[in-house]
Amino acid sequence: MASAAQGKDLAVKLAPKVRTAELPSKAHSEEGAVRFEIANLDFFYGPKQAVFGLNLKIPRNKVTALIGPSGCGKSTFLRTLNRMNETIRNTKVGGQILLDGQDILQIDVVKLRRRVGMVFQRPNPFPKSIYDNVAYGLRINGYQGRLDELVEHSLRRAALWDEVKDYLQKSAFALSGGQQQRLCIARALAVDPEVLLLDEPCSALDPVTTAKIEELMFQLKDSCTMAIVTHNMQQAARASDFTAFMLDGKLIEHSETPKLFTTPKDARTEAYITGRFG
Amino acid sequence: MSDIRLLWRKFLNVVMLTLTGVAAFAVVSVLFLILGYLIWNGGKSLNWDFFTQLPKPVGETGGGMANAIVGSLKLLALAALIGLPVGLMSGVYLAEFGGSTFSFVTRYTTDLLNGVPSIVMGIFAYSLLVLPVKHFSALAGGTALGVMVIPITVRATEEFLRAVPGNMREGAMALGASKWRTIATVILPAASGGIITGMLLSLARVAGETAPLLFTAFSNRYWSPGLNQPIASLPVMIYTYAIAPYDDWHRQAWAAGLVLLALVLIANLGCRLVLNRRGAYRSV
Repeated sequence: MASAAQGKDLAVKLAPKVRTAELPSKAHSEEGAVRFEIANLDFFYGPKQAVFGLNLKIPRNKVTALIGPSGCGKSTFLRTLNRMNETIRNTKVGGQILLDGQDILQIDVVKLRRRVGMVFQRPNPFPKSIYDNVAYGLRINGYQGRLDELVEHSLRRAALWDEVKDYLQKSAFALSGGQQQRLCIARALAVDPEVLLLDEPCSALDPVTTAKIEELMFQLKDSCTMAIVTHNMQQAARASDFTAFMLDGKLIEHSETPKLFTTPKDARTEAYITGRFG
Repeated sequence: MSDIRLLWRKFLNVVMLTLTGVAAFAVVSVLFLILGYLIWNGGKSLNWDFFTQLPKPVGETGGGMANAIVGSLKLLALAALIGLPVGLMSGVYLAEFGGSTFSFVTRYTTDLLNGVPSIVMGIFAYSLLVLPVKHFSALAGGTALGVMVIPITVRATEEFLRAVPGNMREGAMALGASKWRTIATVILPAASGGIITGMLLSLARVAGETAPLLFTAFSNRYWSPGLNQPIASLPVMIYTYAIAPYDDWHRQAWAAGLVLLALVLIANLGCRLVLNRRGAYRSV
């Protein structure tokens, strides 16, 4: 009896320590883990091929940046990851994309998109209140729990809560562009995705807001894998762990960000990052 | 020489501007003339009896058109019930699922349907719903009006849905919403202001139609319970009363005209008011 109580006490005492000791090691063990594995990906808009035999691994809980000149297929590639391109008529995809080892074509598209959220180039809030925007993904997925809490939590994660907490029932269109984009991030985060795809999320934003969103990405890395398409090479250099350089639908080079920006292997990569074309 | 040319050009400019101004003024004044005339003549004849009493038999003065007012509302409700859902759905189809040959044909047919003379709609409803049962009915009248409501609703719905930015669709789909869910919860609400206005315009248009009702709903000097009997309506009453040889009937025809116009105006304004209140959520 006494020993059982002692054991319980011990467990309570140890529990927090165990948990804190476990977390970093778990994260460490996942450091090399791959979230997305893309093999021989081809993509066609009608007869026109936009992506050619692309192979890439997107590591878990890291930020992978996709850079390259306009029209090189980076957005197209990003949109294949949550099968958004399926909404475009007359497109065809070849090769294989694995999410945690599972072929994404085998995953129900609704479930896939819940796991792989997306933020678009231009803020696209719905014509609803701020609250309803964030709650949208939860509601369509039939979430029955405490919406208020999750809405607040998501807005906090998107670093928007303090600015909007007194105006939750106001129209999302009343927000500024940068706030709208953070609202869209909160909306995507509300369904707790494992991956967040960001398609030039800062191209319509001023530098201050851009810095806020980069800061946000840094914080989200704990819980979320991110892939970001950007035209801004400083942004790729600042905010990403890995960078992939694409040209004419092909992946030219992919490595750790500092490496790619300081010692690029391919001459075309060097030409691009030094601003000689694109 | 060049001075003369310059003067001529200035003169021409003034003349053309004046002409367009005069034309614009003519349009506005015609409208206000009709409105003023209607209010002048109809207003004099409007009284409480007009809204509460049935028409009096020939020879007796007084009475009202209560049955025709209710009849018009009933016919419009029927038309809305029949025409608006079909119009809305096909508008959604054309805007969101279209692009095939079928949608091209649908769009073209809709435009043709819009151009079909209203009396032909009347004949259509007559042969479909009056001849087989051998009596006029509210249902036949409502159907004729309902078919006329469809094309305007279709095109309004399609146009306003198309105006909704595509990235809003992507935003919803990226959260895992199905296409239908996206349309129902994001796209339609975004376009609702325009769509409701379009629906109201189409109802306002058929509210004044007389021809398709003449041999479908016919008319009735008494209350018409249910949907299976001839029913009175304001436009047909105006027609009947205006061509009758009695001064008192002319007086009432004016009043009916004014009431019809007021009904349409009130519906329009009411709808605008409601839309404006929710307007904050709209994008454009």
